[in-house]
This record gives sequence, structure tokens and C-alpha cells, in this order.
Amino acid sequence: MLRKKLMLAAVLGASLFAGAAYAADPVSIVYIPKNTGNPYFDSIIKGFEDGCKTLGCEFTTVAPASAEATSQIPFLTAQIQRGVNVVAISPNSPDALNQVFDRARSKGTIILSVNSDMPGNEDHRDAAILPVDFTKTGPSQVELLGKQIGYEGEIAILSATTDAPDQNVWIAAMKDTLEKDPKYAKMKLVTIAYGDDDPQKSTTETEALLANYPNLKGIISPTTVGVAAAAQVVETAKKADKIKVVGLGTPNQMRRFIENGTVEAFQLWSPYNEGLLAAHFAVGVKNGTIKNEPGTTFEVPGLGKVTVGEKSVIKTQADLTTFDKKNIADFNF
Amino acid sequence: MSTIESPRPAVILREAAKPRPRWQVILVRPETVTFLLLIIATIVATRLSPFFADLGFILESSTYYVEFAIVALVLTIVIISGEIDLSPAAQMALSACLFGTAYRAGAPIPVAILVSLVSGLAMGAFNAFFITVLRLPSIIVTIGTLILYRGLAQVLAGDKSIGSFPGWFVGIDYRMIGIVPVPVMIFIIASVLLGLFLGITILGRQIYQIGTSEVAAIHAGIRVRRIKFGLFLASGLTSSIAGLLTASRLGSVRYDLASGGELTMVLIVMLGGTYIFGGRGSILGTFLAAWLLVIIATGMTVANIAINAQLTVMGLLLIVSIIATNAIYARSQR
Repeated sequence: MLRKKLMLAAVLGASLFAGAAYAADPVSIVYIPKNTGNPYFDSIIKGFEDGCKTLGCEFTTVAPASAEATSQIPFLTAQIQRGVNVVAISPNSPDALNQVFDRARSKGTIILSVNSDMPGNEDHRDAAILPVDFTKTGPSQVELLGKQIGYEGEIAILSATTDAPDQNVWIAAMKDTLEKDPKYAKMKLVTIAYGDDDPQKSTTETEALLANYPNLKGIISPTTVGVAAAAQVVETAKKADKIKVVGLGTPNQMRRFIENGTVEAFQLWSPYNEGLLAAHFAVGVKNGTIKNEPGTTFEVPGLGKVTVGEKSVIKTQADLTTFDKKNIADFNF
Repeated sequence: MSTIESPRPAVILREAAKPRPRWQVILVRPETVTFLLLIIATIVATRLSPFFADLGFILESSTYYVEFAIVALVLTIVIISGEIDLSPAAQMALSACLFGTAYRAGAPIPVAILVSLVSGLAMGAFNAFFITVLRLPSIIVTIGTLILYRGLAQVLAGDKSIGSFPGWFVGIDYRMIGIVPVPVMIFIIASVLLGLFLGITILGRQIYQIGTSEVAAIHAGIRVRRIKFGLFLASGLTSSIAGLLTASRLGSVRYDLASGGELTMVLIVMLGGTYIFGGRGSILGTFLAAWLLVIIATGMTVANIAINAQLTVMGLLLIVSIIATNAIYARSQR
């Protein structure tokens, strides 16, 4: 913590030294999502953009083509070279980026892990901005599906990539809930499929699930690409009455399936709020108005008071939002 | 009976084509195209972003591609000999995962490195056995082993990454010789050595002969199968070295390490003007092409150009270079 402060002081000192010309430079923030073409991250980007509009920071976003573990590294190096103040990133790997993060931070760049943390490697980033209290994601998804299938039958999980840290944390929590809570004793997890957050692969994987497990009652897909693909497959196969799909999806992607009854309900948080909060936090830390240490609180317009938690983890909202026929019309992202 | 002088056969001379002027022989070659593209790319990249023209940054960024470039040097020789190896990226992953597994099981790092290098040789020998002994087409064999090696890596390492290597092993891309990162230096030295090997040794020239006409090479007494076996061994060994470099750079290994790398390697070799059907090409071309790739990828990334535009440029470039290579070879001989 002391090192962090010293570093911050050094950076601030350096910027003072650099003279008046730089003093007025706006904070520059870049956001590197997992990959391009994922509407979920577009919402986070929108949050950043709106945040920077009010705060007066400079915002850009760049992304690799694939969500493969090392694909973000060249982008990160390029951003350090461009001299940005803050790199916000949704890491594709919990540890492959460590070396590059360390280098970036030694040059005074602030690293924020947005939307997922890097379990076990928290020392390599400055803070993590998580969408929601993730400990509730797994159990909450299991309950959502359980309620729809009468807490009985075979279920499967359709995940993203095998190494996605957020996915694996949630899957572990789902397994834990299924095992330990007697309420779910009759629900049996038969397999976990990986669609790599690729619509085509997710579709193929879901088709394989349907073919291999004729008694399948439900699919949990805690990823936006996966849940939309799974819903599409179930709709095409006309099995919406037999197989329930739940997961984490965006309202715009899932609207059609909710309206035609393929999907009863799904959950999410607001990625937009994450971007908004990250922008405020980044500018605050960079300008020295927010201290990056556990227990600090700060105000974000529209989100209220936010607290920095243990290991500099910030949770944007407490509970998941459930979307169904009743409320989906209220959301547009 | 020498009285009957056999009449000198009337020489029916076909009008021989004039030898090409020397400047043409030297300048009209695929490497020249690569070199020109390299210069153009550097100028464009410098104009695209004020942050590009920084040698330290370019060298740092090159470490992300240089592992593939090192393997591409050996792949160049394999392709010149008329074969192809598509499995090196998977070999990198499997040998790196074996290294990680050995280390995790308690082996000291030098032993783990040895395990990895031996596994590289073994994988190379496995490929070579099918290609030179069973005489199966190398493209089919190595597509098969590409999947096999990657699959074995996944079985071995599972979905988790293996890491926490000791500090001295991690971060070879940040150890400098002067201002040049160690992996880049390895690439440069390997280029010089392999360039000399291919250009001036008898074995090197024999490899060109094998690629030009294998039948003729066999009749000329060249030990074709033995040489090819050696090339695939070299490919395996080099892949495991590249795998170790990647493991050191990332500080962890995973089964999907270097995934898709085989295409980058083939891209580098093709950009460098090596003829896909064998017999022609050079290490110099591959060396220049590796830098061309580094300059283009780094230049566009630092200019914040969207990735889909980057991929389009790479694709177009590959097509241009293949057309140029073919046109030049068609013109110069054949």
C-alpha cells in the first residue's frame, strides 16, 4: 500500500515537474475488452464514454480479435507506449498478463481490472471493478433454473473459454450450491460445455448437449454469447417446453426469446454502470481525490456511494437483476 | 580406322537466351519485394502514430512475434525441402506444458527444460517417422499431429495454467543484450547461422535440390530421407525452445499457448518469398518478413487501428506477396 502511495506521489510529482503545459492535460483512459464484437462490452464502453463526457477525461477503446489468453498483450504494450494514464481491462487470463501489468505500473500507468478480477494475482493490478457481488452469481443462477424445472433433473452449463476467471469462479459456486444445498439435491449437473464466447461454437456445443443428453432439463449459460446461442438452439429445436435456458444475458439480445416464451427469465447487472463507475474511480485516483485503499468511499452520480473493498475490489451493485416478461421493456442495452 | 573422319555433327544451335543482366539477378527476387514492403510499412507506421518511431518499443513489441519467427526460420528450410510442418505451434504448447508439469512435479528448472527439449525432439521424430518412413504427405501428417499435440497438452495441463516459476526463469524478453531483448538476439543469431547453413554448406544446397526435384536428388545420391528426418527433428527442437521462451515471457504455461501460431509462421515464410512447392526461398526473406510482420502489427496497434482492419491488411499483404513471388519465379526460370 505504501508503495502504491509512493508511486502515486512520484507520478504526481513528475507531472508537476513537467510544467504547466501538462497540468491541464485531461486524464487519458483506455479500455481493453476481451475481444471485439461482444455487445456486453459495448455497454461498458458506453458507460466509460458518458462518464468521461461529464468528467472531461479522454477515452479510447481497443480490442483483440479473439479472447485467447495472450491476445491482449500487444494492445497493452501499445497503450503504455502511447502514454495513457489508466488502462482498464477485462483480462482474458488470470495470470498471462502479469508481467506486462507490472511493467505498465512501473511506468506509472494505473491498471484497473474491469468486470472480472484476477484471482490470486491481485498484486499485479491496482484495483478491480466488479459488476456485482459475484459470490451470489452462482447460487442465484442455480435458483433461477431450479425454480423453473421444479428442482429436479439433469442440467448442463454452457460456459465461455475454459480459462475465463469469472466463469470458473461462478461455475465453482454453482457446483458448490448444487452439492451442499439439499434443496437442489435432485438436480444433477451432467456436463460443462465451452463455447469460447463464439456464437458459432456456442451453437454447436448446445446442439451437442441436446443430442448427447436426451433427458436434459435445463442449461445455465453464464455468458451473454452462450445464453443467446443456447436460446436460439432450443427455439429452433422447438424444445422450449422441455429444456429451460437461463443465464447471464443482455436485455437487447434476449428480448426476442423472452417475448416469444423460449426463455422465461435471465439475469444480469448493468455493465453500463461498471464503465461509469470505472471512469469516475480512474479520474479520482489519477487526480488524487480518491484514495485507492480499502474502506475509501466516493460518490458516483446515479450510483450513489461506492466503497472500495478488500484488495481494492469495488462492487458496482449488490444483487443480480432478473429480467423477465414483466420488466424487460424497461431496459435497453 | 581413323581414316574415316567422322564428320563434325552440324551443331544445331538453338538461339540461346541472353543471360539476365547481373543487376536483375541480384535485385529481382522475392526478398526485394519483402524489403520494399518493409520500408513502406515503416514509413507508413511512422506517419500513422507519433508513438511508433521508438526502437525500444518496437523491439519490446517484437518479442510477441519473435518466438514464431524463430520457428519460421526452420520452417523455411522444411518448405524449401518440399515438405511442410503445421504442428510447431502445438509442439510449443505441448513441450511448454511438459516443462510446466515437470516443474510442478518438483523437478528443478534445468531438468524441466531438458524434458521439454527432449519432448521437442520426440515430437519431431514422430512427425518424421510418418513422413519419411511411411511416406505420408507431410501436410496431412502435421495437421494430424497439430491436433494431437494440442490435445495432449490439454490432457496434461487441464484447463488451468501452470505458473509460479522462479524469478530467474521468468521474463527473458526483458533481459537485454545492449538494447536488444534476448529472444530477439536469439532470432538474429539463428538467422545468420541458418542463412549460412542453407546458403554455403553442401547440405544446405542439397536441401534446395531435394525441393526442386526429389527424384533427381535421389539419383544424385543425396540422402533425402535422412535429411528430411533431420529437418523435422530440428523443427521439433526449435519449437520446444520457442515454447520455453514463451513460458518465460508469460511466466505461466497453458495448453492454448501459441494457439493459431502455425498460421503466423506460415505467413512469415510466405511473406519472405519462399516458394510453397519447395526448391526456392531464403532465410534472408524470412528474416525480413518477420520484421515486416512486427512493423505492421505494432504500427497499426499503436495507432489504435481496429483489429478487423489489421487482419484485412495482413490478408491483402499475403496475397500481394504470393503473387509477387510467383511472378518473379516464373520470370526468372521454369
